[in-house]
Amino acid sequence: MNDLITLAHGGGGKAMKDLLEEIFFPLFDSGGEDDQARLESSLLSNVGSKLAFTTDSFVVDPLEFPGGDIGNLAVCGTVNDLTVGGAQPLWLSASFIIEEGFSKALLLKIVKSMRQSATEAGVKIVTGDTKVVERGKADKLFITTAGVGVIPPGLDLSARKVRQGDLIVVNGYLGDHGATVLTARDQFSLRSDLQTDCKPLNHLMNMVLEVCPNVRCARDATRGGLSSVLNEIALSSKARLMIDERLVKLRPEVRGICEILGLDPLYLANEGALVLFVPKDEIDKVLRAMKSIPAGAESVVIGEVIELDSKPRVEMRTELGGTRIVDMLLGEQLPRIC
Amino acid sequence: MQLVDEFRDARLAKRIRADIEELSTKAGADETNPLQIMEICGGHTHTIFRHGIDKLVPRSIEFVHGPGCPVCVLPMQRVDEFLELAERDSVILTSYGDAMRVPGRNGSLQQCKAAGVDVRMVYSPSDSLEIARKNPDKQVVFFGLGFETTAPATAISILQAAKEDIANFSVFCNHITVPPPIRSILEQADVSIDGFIGPGHVSMVIGTRPYDFIAEEFGKPVVVAGFEPLDLMQSVLMLLRQIVEGRVMVENQYSRVVTRDGNPVSLSALNEVFETRPSFEWRGLGEIESSGLRIRKQFAEFDAEERFGIGYGSSVTREGYRDQYPCGKVMIGKLKPFDCPHFCKDCTPETPLGALMVSSEGACAAYHQYGGFQ
Repeated sequence: MNDLITLAHGGGGKAMKDLLEEIFFPLFDSGGEDDQARLESSLLSNVGSKLAFTTDSFVVDPLEFPGGDIGNLAVCGTVNDLTVGGAQPLWLSASFIIEEGFSKALLLKIVKSMRQSATEAGVKIVTGDTKVVERGKADKLFITTAGVGVIPPGLDLSARKVRQGDLIVVNGYLGDHGATVLTARDQFSLRSDLQTDCKPLNHLMNMVLEVCPNVRCARDATRGGLSSVLNEIALSSKARLMIDERLVKLRPEVRGICEILGLDPLYLANEGALVLFVPKDEIDKVLRAMKSIPAGAESVVIGEVIELDSKPRVEMRTELGGTRIVDMLLGEQLPRIC
Repeated sequence: MQLVDEFRDARLAKRIRADIEELSTKAGADETNPLQIMEICGGHTHTIFRHGIDKLVPRSIEFVHGPGCPVCVLPMQRVDEFLELAERDSVILTSYGDAMRVPGRNGSLQQCKAAGVDVRMVYSPSDSLEIARKNPDKQVVFFGLGFETTAPATAISILQAAKEDIANFSVFCNHITVPPPIRSILEQADVSIDGFIGPGHVSMVIGTRPYDFIAEEFGKPVVVAGFEPLDLMQSVLMLLRQIVEGRVMVENQYSRVVTRDGNPVSLSALNEVFETRPSFEWRGLGEIESSGLRIRKQFAEFDAEERFGIGYGSSVTREGYRDQYPCGKVMIGKLKPFDCPHFCKDCTPETPLGALMVSSEGACAAYHQYGGFQ
């Protein structure tokens, strides 16, 4: 039974110390003994003029799925939240709530995934915490990460900056993560070769900002999918947006799963989808820059801002040639019976 | 994607649109005097809005969204009765996803689940049967819902439960059938529908024969349609051809799936397990004769109404259940959703007052989600 997490691992004594030394300390960048990370403030003042600070919790079921696990999500999610605000992500904290009986080997694998994503993004996990709760008091494993980053002077990404004629750019295929997790749940007996799109977006964003510092605003289309971020931006910029269904990239597997279950791919979650609003005359260099690295290889313009100071709404030209409203998702998407 | 893209070809859609325009002019229809075409099935309503077909066809065509959304027409009382079962501990309630949001008087299945009731979303009654096998110490009740499309799956799960002698599985049956409400709508004096788009998947089970009365007794053309956008556009065109040529008949556009006589295996399972109720209530439309199915006496042990002594009683006259909203008028084409005084004001998909705002296939929810506010 040595390979299971027990309440003793959260008890603050020797078992916990052993767990920290076995799993967390070798893979994270914390100082070790101290209950806090001590960070050089010069790093902040040299790079930026504003501090960015964000947090997110991860409760995905199942914990592992094709292309990643909850550890990758926990790092990329927070890195991307910092990134789309224009911040250079620097440091992360990671807090674990573990259900008694959890496999130590799986915990190690997940922590390794966090390490891998942190290395990929170039961020350090500098402090953390673990708690173990009785069986049934939590669903296997919950992870909360918080992140600190710095925003360079003069950079101010905001939906309020959106202008008529701006183009809407997405870095590739949509819905991969949502469809992957749905199939991984095995509830629907569907099989596919899909993988999550989970990845840090900070390097891609840097490429964009290098060639186009006045990109208007950016979002990562996670829960609620593309439609939710577009509706958010339409609301805060009082804009009418029009996207074209034929330009939105969907893998055949994602379309198939959506057709079978009666889901709308525009609402499916992503974990590495960057949505940008770009001034029209700068679009060529932005696309060129994005396509130069793998995270942006499939970048594409999917629509534009057609009107400002109007009733906020997102419309879509359908592949058939009609138009329809793309509304905010209400509650969760439920499969339809007919 | 194969078997999808060829049914969504924009160039073909444009050509069909031109033909529709030409024929509707020939039929004497225009924007102020449009031809009213009722799509009976909620799946068709969904397709129309999802692909913007309502905006693609000329204004001389007006879609009237029929009663074919089983979630929308489900009486509130049945949700309450189903939830009352949970008050007996050791009951697991199981339901299709889209019934989870239907409001009862004390909340929806989804809200009651959050409050601790054991409600599980399943994708098929066979999932529910599997839950029963795995939980022999609990009663597992399936919320049987839908038209002739989903009823065969319920029937087969009951037959399977009988075969395996699964004693803790039962069905709370709310299955309904398509033809009776159509008759009920046509019998109303001031209905001016010019033609019907018949349901596709219901017809896959029952065939096209059951719609003959629409043409023969009421003189209205019917075209049974598939669910892809071009299926629907072609069906509108076929209806127009009948109208212009003065023909009245039941035609089958969805011939790749639907036959004249239906699916004998499904029909025999339906007939073995179910019988017709004298009458069943439709939310927004009231009681409709011979429109509901119940489980035959010989399968009484799998009938939740029998097992838990619920019985079926109409709620039309019962205090607190009476529909005070004009949903029924919307369902028969006498009122457009956006002309209803409650639409998008106190009635929204998050707080539906009436049935049509509940499911994404309900006309009002579809207008809300896809159609804007006009």
